[in-house]
Amino acid sequence: MISSQPTAQTRPGTVVEFTGVVKEYAGMRALDGFDLTLHAGEFVALLGPSGSGKTTALRVLAGLESTDAGTITIDGVDVSALSTSKRDMGMVFQSYSLFPHLSAGENVEFGLRMRKIKPAERRRRAQDSLAMVGLNDHFDRFAHQLSGGQQQRVALARALVTEPRVLLLDEPLSALDAKVRVQLREEIRRIQTDLGITTLFVTHDQDEALAVADRVAVMRAGNVEQVGTPEELYSRPATPFIADFVGLSNRINGTVRNSHVDVYGTSLPLIDPSAPDGPVRVSIRPEDIEFAPEGLAATVVASHFLGSLRRTMVRLGDGSLVSVQHGVRVHPITGETVFLTFSGVPVSTEPASVAGGVPKLA
Amino acid sequence: MSGGLTTGGVAHAPSRTVRTVILGLIGVIFAVPIVAMVEFTLRAGLVGGYNVDRWVALFQSGFTGVYRPVLIALGNSVALAVGTVTIVLLLLVPTMLLVHIRFPQLRRTLEFICILPITIPAIVLVVGLAPVYAIVARLLGSGVWTLAFAYGITVLPFAYRAIQSNLDGVDVKTLTEAARTLGAGWGSVLLRILVPNLRRGILAGAFIAVAVVLGEFTIASLLNRVNLQTALVVVSKVDPYTAVILSLLALAFAFVLLLLIGRLGAPRTRTPRRRTTVKGPA
Repeated sequence: MISSQPTAQTRPGTVVEFTGVVKEYAGMRALDGFDLTLHAGEFVALLGPSGSGKTTALRVLAGLESTDAGTITIDGVDVSALSTSKRDMGMVFQSYSLFPHLSAGENVEFGLRMRKIKPAERRRRAQDSLAMVGLNDHFDRFAHQLSGGQQQRVALARALVTEPRVLLLDEPLSALDAKVRVQLREEIRRIQTDLGITTLFVTHDQDEALAVADRVAVMRAGNVEQVGTPEELYSRPATPFIADFVGLSNRINGTVRNSHVDVYGTSLPLIDPSAPDGPVRVSIRPEDIEFAPEGLAATVVASHFLGSLRRTMVRLGDGSLVSVQHGVRVHPITGETVFLTFSGVPVSTEPASVAGGVPKLA
Repeated sequence: MSGGLTTGGVAHAPSRTVRTVILGLIGVIFAVPIVAMVEFTLRAGLVGGYNVDRWVALFQSGFTGVYRPVLIALGNSVALAVGTVTIVLLLLVPTMLLVHIRFPQLRRTLEFICILPITIPAIVLVVGLAPVYAIVARLLGSGVWTLAFAYGITVLPFAYRAIQSNLDGVDVKTLTEAARTLGAGWGSVLLRILVPNLRRGILAGAFIAVAVVLGEFTIASLLNRVNLQTALVVVSKVDPYTAVILSLLALAFAFVLLLLIGRLGAPRTRTPRRRTTVKGPA
């Protein structure tokens, strides 16, 4: 596991620490010794395939699920025994969670009402909070009169109006359409930066996680597989699982020899130079393979135009398929013979015998 | 009824004409027995012809004499209806919410238990209830109100279905979790979030409970308690015409009662609130 240095230690905020947290559901370990530290004011994304335990981690922090072992501390205080209503967290849910019988304003006021804030102040703060998410004109609207994006904005205002110690976001964007999703994630990030609130953001969408988070923790089978800045995860994936899950990767046969891996006659550096010698599967990003006048011969199978770039699938002499990313002006024709070279960036490997149960390139 | 669970018109709603025809047909079917009852009370003996003599006689007597027990019985039935609705509200609703939120694995069991009374004929139920009521009478006396326990059981299937259908239409779990993360304790969650959003189902459950109790005969009769229906039967043996008049009045009473409950439970009317200008930092 590669761990990064704290990126936001000087900002005010709350420190959250998971230590060896275990959560079992009917014999299944949703969290299996889960460790993670959120530094003060940091925006951490929990990224992982479904069933990896990311939502469970967020729910045990919220107190919506109990833990079977381990501790969760907020600013050094163990909160494991504290009920949800006393943990002082703001949470935005995946499904629309506005109270249907209350107007947007009354929804935002709810948390303040529970804290026995006087009506005048309650109203002022609710209006300020709605203004923060750009909905100051929607105080009297009901949930069914708002679009999905607006509902999630109100939910965000509602979660933040009480000035909670931690903001929890449980895939808040996944029910929205693509354009609103991008808009809202930028806005969440802007508000989070302004407030300096420690935030845990659960998502299965790697673009989302890489775009907004200070650090991303990639989860697999109830554990953090790697945590680091988006750049670290992308350029130095600790395992082929990460390489595959964060961004796209080709899985190509190679052989490790003297801390380098030999791939079709090209020697590439390893991210983890301690890998033992022997046959391996190498993860190489499509943008780290280039077309060249000479090199490894391959036949073009298909080529896809993706707007700002083009991705071409080629078949090597031994039948394996490789995806190459390149500029849109190069336009390979199906059946054409091309030559490939590798750009020589460090790669991650796993023993060849391990069957890949991870998502493959489309 | 409650604020905003609808998301727009139904895609394939029948046209206005079709709806009118359906409503008209159902109206006629319900009207036939009532009209027949009215017609019966207006008959002037065997020679034919109609008059309102019997209605006038009943109201002039001021419900005294033979009719007095019917009034008392009506009071009993109303008290029983209140007791039954209380049981539904204080026992069934919290139980269903608890099962729905905390113990979803018990849902099938609860449903089975709640639907069970509908499959048991009232006569069979009484056979079982008789020894139970021997104990109830010893502990709580033999007041009519104790029947509310039995009625609480007989209305279970109807009340359960009414509330469950509302429960299925509301994301109770998420709303509860949202309220709790905002600092609400369980009491606030129940009263401020769940009850307002389940008002429709709870009201419907209460309606049905009232209607069932006002129409109940078998259990009261076999356990020797007096309620509206048993009193009407007694009267009908003496004077069938007046018994039908009283039945009609009871029907009208039940109608008004349900209308009243509906009014009381309707959501507070909302006028779009004027936004006040906020003072303080912009």
